[in-house]
Amino acid sequence: MKTTASSYLRQLEAESIHILREVVAEFTNPVMLYSIGKDSAVMLHLAMKAFHPAKPPFPLLHVDTTWKFREMITFRDETVKRLGLDLMVHVNEEGVREKISPFTHGSALYTDVMKTQALKQALDAHGFDAAFGGARRDEEGSRAKERVFSFRSEAHGWDPKNQRPELWHNYNTRVRKGESIRVFPLSNWTELDIWSYIHLEEIPIVPLYFAATRPVVERDGVLIMVDDERLPLDKGEKPEMRQVRFRTLGCYPLTGAIDSEANSLPGIIGELMATRLSERQGRVIDRDQAGSMERKKQEGYF
Amino acid sequence: MPKLTLVQPESGLDSEALEAMLAEEANKDLLRFLTCGSVDDGKSTLIGRLLYDSQLVYDDQIAALESDVKKGKGASGEVDLAMLVDGLQAEREQGITIDVAYRYFASPKRKFIVADTPGHEQYTRNMATGASNCDFAILLVDARKGVLTQTRRHCCILNLLGIKKIALAVNKMDLVNFSSDRFDEIVSDFEKFTKTLSFEEIVAIPVAAATGDNILNPSSHMRWYHGPTLMVHLETVDVASDRTLRPFRMPVQWVNRPDSDFRGFAGTISGGELRPGDEVIVLPAGKRTTINRIVTYDGELDVACAGDAVTLTLADEIDISRGDVLAAPDAEAEVSDQIAANVIWMDQNPMLPGRDYILKLGNQTATASISTLKYKLNVDNLEHQAGTTLELNEVGYCNLSISRALVFDPYARDRDMGGFILIDRLTNATVGAGMIEFGLRRATNIHWQALDIDKSVRAQMKAQKPCALWFTGLSGSGKSTVASLLEKQLHARGQHTYLLDGDNVRHGLNKDLGFTDADRVENIRRVAETAKLFVDAGLIVMVSFISPFRSERRMARDLFQENEFLEVFVDAPLEVCEQRDPKGLYKKARAGEIKNFTGIDSAYEQPERADLRLEAGKRTPDELVSELISSLEKRGFI
Ligand SMILES: Nc1nc2c(ncn2[C@@H]2O[C@H](COP(=O)(O)OP(=O)(O)OP(=O)(O)O)[C@@H](O)[C@H]2O)c(=O)[nH]1
Ligand SMILES: [Mg+2]
Repeated sequence: MKTTASSYLRQLEAESIHILREVVAEFTNPVMLYSIGKDSAVMLHLAMKAFHPAKPPFPLLHVDTTWKFREMITFRDETVKRLGLDLMVHVNEEGVREKISPFTHGSALYTDVMKTQALKQALDAHGFDAAFGGARRDEEGSRAKERVFSFRSEAHGWDPKNQRPELWHNYNTRVRKGESIRVFPLSNWTELDIWSYIHLEEIPIVPLYFAATRPVVERDGVLIMVDDERLPLDKGEKPEMRQVRFRTLGCYPLTGAIDSEANSLPGIIGELMATRLSERQGRVIDRDQAGSMERKKQEGYF
Repeated sequence: MPKLTLVQPESGLDSEALEAMLAEEANKDLLRFLTCGSVDDGKSTLIGRLLYDSQLVYDDQIAALESDVKKGKGASGEVDLAMLVDGLQAEREQGITIDVAYRYFASPKRKFIVADTPGHEQYTRNMATGASNCDFAILLVDARKGVLTQTRRHCCILNLLGIKKIALAVNKMDLVNFSSDRFDEIVSDFEKFTKTLSFEEIVAIPVAAATGDNILNPSSHMRWYHGPTLMVHLETVDVASDRTLRPFRMPVQWVNRPDSDFRGFAGTISGGELRPGDEVIVLPAGKRTTINRIVTYDGELDVACAGDAVTLTLADEIDISRGDVLAAPDAEAEVSDQIAANVIWMDQNPMLPGRDYILKLGNQTATASISTLKYKLNVDNLEHQAGTTLELNEVGYCNLSISRALVFDPYARDRDMGGFILIDRLTNATVGAGMIEFGLRRATNIHWQALDIDKSVRAQMKAQKPCALWFTGLSGSGKSTVASLLEKQLHARGQHTYLLDGDNVRHGLNKDLGFTDADRVENIRRVAETAKLFVDAGLIVMVSFISPFRSERRMARDLFQENEFLEVFVDAPLEVCEQRDPKGLYKKARAGEIKNFTGIDSAYEQPERADLRLEAGKRTPDELVSELISSLEKRGFI
């Protein structure tokens, strides 16, 4: 890291590297869930550091819902090419055949089929015994409760009321066949830490995080970007061009943009420090009902 | 609740302002602390209040709290600040904390990571989880209830975990009319209790979390109190660590071998600092070598210090694997297979002396059993009580006997080198946490004689890679037949071998053992240890043992290095074995003449991840052996 003074970020970095290595040393078949966003970018960067001069000794897995922003897919493919890594892409073909979309089936069912079920299919098909995810504890109330090494049953379920004690940096990595551990190397990072680190380390990110003029429609107070022709427009609804950016990235129909002028990292960090709204405000799926994240995690969601 | 008044900076920062801001952030130090104390004393409320008054709660989160009140979830129609941290549905429904919540915030002076832990006795292990990485604790007491058993239990755990400074927050002062007498009474009670514990500093602060008195803002109701507010204390308490001043230690976490040109040892430095050219000793073997380079993604380093995650290359080609510890040669860590430690028990099933658990200390994994429970700690009066087991949430002082030489430092000197967890071999649950006091008897400070003639040299002479082939399967599945046929063929090829057969060993080495559960475990342990010695001698060892339980096979596997142990599952269906019945044992078992016979009235747990599976019901021993030979060739053993 270029700023030597940044001891706090260095501590976080070292802790994450330790976690990444622990998994590689203890599991037979780990995988890294790569979701293309800023947290994944940082996690991947840390993996490059942890195993240097070797390449990260595990594949990347992207669970593609087929509704990701196009720029995300372009960025994803460039990233694996630039770093020379293995990427597996999994799509729930059954969901595609049944034409499951967030518009016709509602965000809850869509998320379950195209994300949660898809993820479980991919994990089962390859028999992964550990899967890295880029979730952070500061994102949401139930995440704040989760262990760094989070045990999952054979059905991929999380039991929040009965988590394994986790003392010091002594992680219990034991699983039986079919069971697995979700591992969160970024547990202790905050949104501000992520951005500061991206800035200091000059980590490439998807351009959608920077403000630009983009076509959007406003629905229930959420700005949805018209990323392709699949977005059904209501009668009389017309996309308008607005200067917007994204604070988190996911499926474009479920991810709200924010009005913003910030087209540089300093701009983004400044905006973040002034905001009165949490990171998940723009996520349509988290709002469906209280405790929805916890429920989804119990069902196997990341 | 006070209205939010916020100074909003203009959106965006220019790069100069950003660099200044980042530099300022970077210079802040970090305090990791927890809140603890008995159930309902107001821990979560206090954290909620701290965040709220520091204006660290986002508007949409406040809106969610307010909507909870409308739905009647908040107590008494008021916003419930505990809901800011109690993030699980079950917690919100029951109004209690079940598991630790971590929150991250900063003041102009410091960064904080707080672990809000549960007070309920049932979840004591989650409190220990939260406390294990902290340097400071806020212990809460409800002013009405005073110091309770659970307050004392948490206090003992803080003490055991080595937290030196605590704040005693006497909460809900509003419910005792902000009485200074009541406050003094509780404080003197608490001081009596902690007199013999090893805290360095206890600061008592009267607070009311619900109303914010003495949290961020000085209370106007308690003019008699002249000490700091809680926040001022958090910002100023000194918990500086001496980690970099301690002798050098780096437990090897992972061996990095991308190609034949590079061999690096990756790990996190737990103490001291290191420069290229420094001499280190490799424990437990006791060999010395010199650091060549400190390799990182960002280039080589001139110096690395405690807390850094690095990769080292060494001057000499010596055999080092995960679990070994690199240490300063003039201040070695201890090496012992017998230790004395404080243990916190965390499982419904009690700790049983003599039973084998998996012990994990840093990167070392071994089998361990409690040889003696010296005493249990009575958390109410700190008295030592005799006992034979530890129940859930009990704390005891024990001697442990470990299957291999463990490299460690006393916990009081180094948490990473002296703290371990115990894992149940069947359920894989984390059942205990231990803090090493010291190594016992002989092994302390005598590390294993570093022999110049070692395993690799012996193996080289024999032109083979030593390993143990562990044949498991039902009685009559053909283990012994296949193993002895394999030995013959290996012998014919000029390989050096040895065969350990279950039945034969029972006549000699293990003739003192019967068939109780404890004896069966000991039987396997001795055989595995013997096999290990033979592997060390450079031999290819075949062990033929029914070994029906996964945990036992796992114990055996754990004794060996990676790639030295092959589990061979001789898989023949029970019907086939029973039909063969070479020794007439199945008949006797069916007739009830033999009890606990594997496959009949005792389970055979099939291997989940056998290295090799032989279809012994379908194929002839000759076919199976050629399959084995080609597989050994492919893996480079012969
Ligand atoms: N009157 C008064 N009530 C308080 C105060 N602090 C907390 N309470 C109330 O005490 C109850 C318990 O508060 P919590 O914060 O949930 O207690 P806790 O210590 O986190 O409980 P566990 O985590 O379950 O052990 C709630 O109803 C709070 O509103 C206080 O200073 N004054
Ligand atoms: Mg609580």
